[in-house]
Amino acid sequence: MIKEICQKYAPRKDNLIQILHEIQDQDPQHYISPEAVDTVAEYLDIPVNHIYGVLTFYTMYSTKPRGKNIIRLCESPPCYIKGSDNMLRKLKVLLGINIGETTKDGLFTLEFTSCLGVCGNAPVMMINDDVYGDLTEEKVEEIIERIRGRR
Amino acid sequence: MKTLADLKKIREKAQEEMKLRGGNTRIKIVVGMGTSGIAMGAREVMKTFLEEIANRNLTDVLVTQTGEKGLSSLEPVVDIIEEGKPKVTYGNMTPEKVKKVVVEHIVNGRIVSDYVVATGN
Amino acid sequence: MSLKRIDLLICCGSGCVSAGALKVKEQFHNVLKTKGLTNEINIIETGCMGPCDYGPVIVIYPEGVFYKKVTPDDVEEIVNEHFLKGRPVKRLMLQDEEDKTFLTQKEIPFYQKQVKVALANCGYIDPESIEEYIATGGYEALGTVLTTLTPQQTIDIIKKSGLRGRGGGGFPTYLKWQMVHDNPVEEKYFICNGDEGDPGAFMDRSLLEGDPHRVLEGMMIAAYATGAQNGYFYIRAEYPLAIKRIKMAIEKAKETGLLGKNIFGSEFSFEAEVRTGAGAFVCGEETALIQSIEGQRGNPTPKPPYPAVQGLYKKPTVVNNVETLGNIATIILKGADWFASMGTETSKGTKVFALTGDIRNTGLVEVPMGITLRELIFDVGGGMIGDHKFKAVQLGGPSGGCLTTQHLDVPIDYESLKERGAMMGSGGVIVMNEEKCMVNVAKFFMDFCVDESCGKCSPCKIGLKQMLEILKRIDSGYGKEGDIEELQHLGETISKISLCGLGQTAPNPVLSTIRYFRDEYEAHIRDKSCANKVCPDLMHFEIDKDKCIGCSLCARKCPVSCISGSREEKYTINQLSCIKCGTCMDVCPVKAISKIPGMHPEVKAMREAEELQKQNQEE
Repeated sequence: MIKEICQKYAPRKDNLIQILHEIQDQDPQHYISPEAVDTVAEYLDIPVNHIYGVLTFYTMYSTKPRGKNIIRLCESPPCYIKGSDNMLRKLKVLLGINIGETTKDGLFTLEFTSCLGVCGNAPVMMINDDVYGDLTEEKVEEIIERIRGRR
Repeated sequence: MKTLADLKKIREKAQEEMKLRGGNTRIKIVVGMGTSGIAMGAREVMKTFLEEIANRNLTDVLVTQTGEKGLSSLEPVVDIIEEGKPKVTYGNMTPEKVKKVVVEHIVNGRIVSDYVVATGN
Repeated sequence: MSLKRIDLLICCGSGCVSAGALKVKEQFHNVLKTKGLTNEINIIETGCMGPCDYGPVIVIYPEGVFYKKVTPDDVEEIVNEHFLKGRPVKRLMLQDEEDKTFLTQKEIPFYQKQVKVALANCGYIDPESIEEYIATGGYEALGTVLTTLTPQQTIDIIKKSGLRGRGGGGFPTYLKWQMVHDNPVEEKYFICNGDEGDPGAFMDRSLLEGDPHRVLEGMMIAAYATGAQNGYFYIRAEYPLAIKRIKMAIEKAKETGLLGKNIFGSEFSFEAEVRTGAGAFVCGEETALIQSIEGQRGNPTPKPPYPAVQGLYKKPTVVNNVETLGNIATIILKGADWFASMGTETSKGTKVFALTGDIRNTGLVEVPMGITLRELIFDVGGGMIGDHKFKAVQLGGPSGGCLTTQHLDVPIDYESLKERGAMMGSGGVIVMNEEKCMVNVAKFFMDFCVDESCGKCSPCKIGLKQMLEILKRIDSGYGKEGDIEELQHLGETISKISLCGLGQTAPNPVLSTIRYFRDEYEAHIRDKSCANKVCPDLMHFEIDKDKCIGCSLCARKCPVSCISGSREEKYTINQLSCIKCGTCMDVCPVKAISKIPGMHPEVKAMREAEELQKQNQEE
């Protein structure tokens, strides 16, 4: 599968970031495995350590398996001013995990994100590609419950 | 597309589609859609206007609606508003009458005086 | 063919979508279908309309009626009342404090002082329709430039307009273009910088989402002027909708024949593609951004060589910000003089600001340069939320600075902000009320910059960390005499010797808060007191025994069991174990618990004893 993703792009080094994005998005555990790194290194003819350099530089890549749904709580000032730390507390209680951890059932990973640019509706969080704004503790609970429900 | 003239063609057609958002409209048709208007058949009147205007491809006419005008006995009531001319109000409209108003008034600029219930503001 | 009588514009900018706009849209589709009205009413998804606070917002044409905070439950009523009976729904309209109701979008004060150039189409057209963009005059500027102007003439128009980069530094746009234009190398690149990393800024996202063709047209005109054959939109991965929209715009432009070979029958050929970031603030810096497009870690490189000389793939490259490009087509169509007639002596045209924080109308606004902070915050922004007072405003994100009440009448332009220790940055305006602690705010921004430092140069990597340590020390009650001076010394040095813009500007929030709120720093250090009761170590909780009813709820809920007492004796907090979580205050049914500024005397005494012991041991 990884090979197929690679082949959508020309074997040029400047496609590395896009390829890694697609591999991560397609992976059910939203991460980039050592095998994937090897395949990409071979395809683009670049050293493995270069890829790890890139993977560790950018915060959106993960080299560890993650949950089915990735919750990214915005940690920038406009959200902070509007009470994002209360949302963080609520999320931690609801999920029973800390930042950077994955729930035992593999359903959620909790992360911080830099500004999502939805500051007019702070505090906000993003679950996968969906942004949820004007959060309150009740709303957070409702969103999490809904996702749990549709499992 | 290769020339500015080609672009202009696309633009004119697209502007036509967007005229509700404030383009060049010559005539505005306002259908009274209060409860009594609707009870007396304003929906059909509105629909007929929309169809007739579309069929004739009249690009500078806008059809919109308003609430109760207090002319219950004359419903459905329709205002024809044209830039620089006094407003014409038609009453007791039916789809048949609408067709005539479109042909005579909207297309040819001749007021259908039989249906007029008021003029001016 | 059917004629429509209503255009229903639903704001589908990220703000409104996060507030539920898509569900509202779906509901409209359902209700219109049930009532057989789909032939009469157009549903149009637009980009951001600006007042995100009121989201989801919709506007109904031809009247231009504006509804706020629309929920799926309101849809049926809107259709029945407004669409069928022509009676706009008053309860969904915007009202001001004096209960004045605003029927149409034009009447709303939020829009009245605004002059929309870059945002002209945002919230007005369907961003996924190239036709609607063309209807508003889109691509005419490109056609005019390609068929009647030389590259140099195009640059001259931009020069005369006085346009400066909208991404931060305010470098004259024409100058970048001229440098690349004059470069004899054949292969040249054009990059649109859509890595909008400043927390609190979202104009680039909104523009890319709401009017992508405008940015693309701006890039094509610029590429013609500079001689670039290939363009890249570098957009941060946090903006999936912006990425989708600009990709779509590129596809549509290709289909229409506006992108590709010999555009408008001229010699000019151009290709554009999208590259995404992967979560690194520093990539907003142009040299780091170029590294990232090349598939590397986004480390900045020293300048010179500037990108105009050696940029992407070592070729001459222009990097322009999204909003900058959003102005180009309009300048060409309306003329340089028109653009230059707005603004101040040194800063021309309009600027988009993102209003956030404790302000009533959060959202996106575009105003002429030279407007005062007072007009921006109180007229356009509607003033502070609740009965709170204005305390400070952070302009320009983590690279900017804090300004205070004394600056409210300062006209906003690049120079006047810089003089006062702030900067335009990308235009993020974070408004803060009197409850905010400025030391805490400065620490927050510093924490951000330390996190985002790429680690390549020492002043930024080590220096910022050092500043953060001092701030943490002050914030937790261990501040010492001389800390303020050390922060200033470090800050000034880091500003001077860091490799890129991140490090050069990162000390600004600290330096400007010291400049204008030195007394707060001093109170934190000397009196061990946070007057605003924000810094946990410099405040404490107390139970008012007269109010306490002895219900024991606080004691039962306390996570560290530091509250004890009885119904008769009432309850007290053991200050030495309290972790300041605030749970007791939240649960108290009679509000007997309150926050008191200052470190509790018992804690202070304990810390002094510890300090003494440590000193003795060292001796």
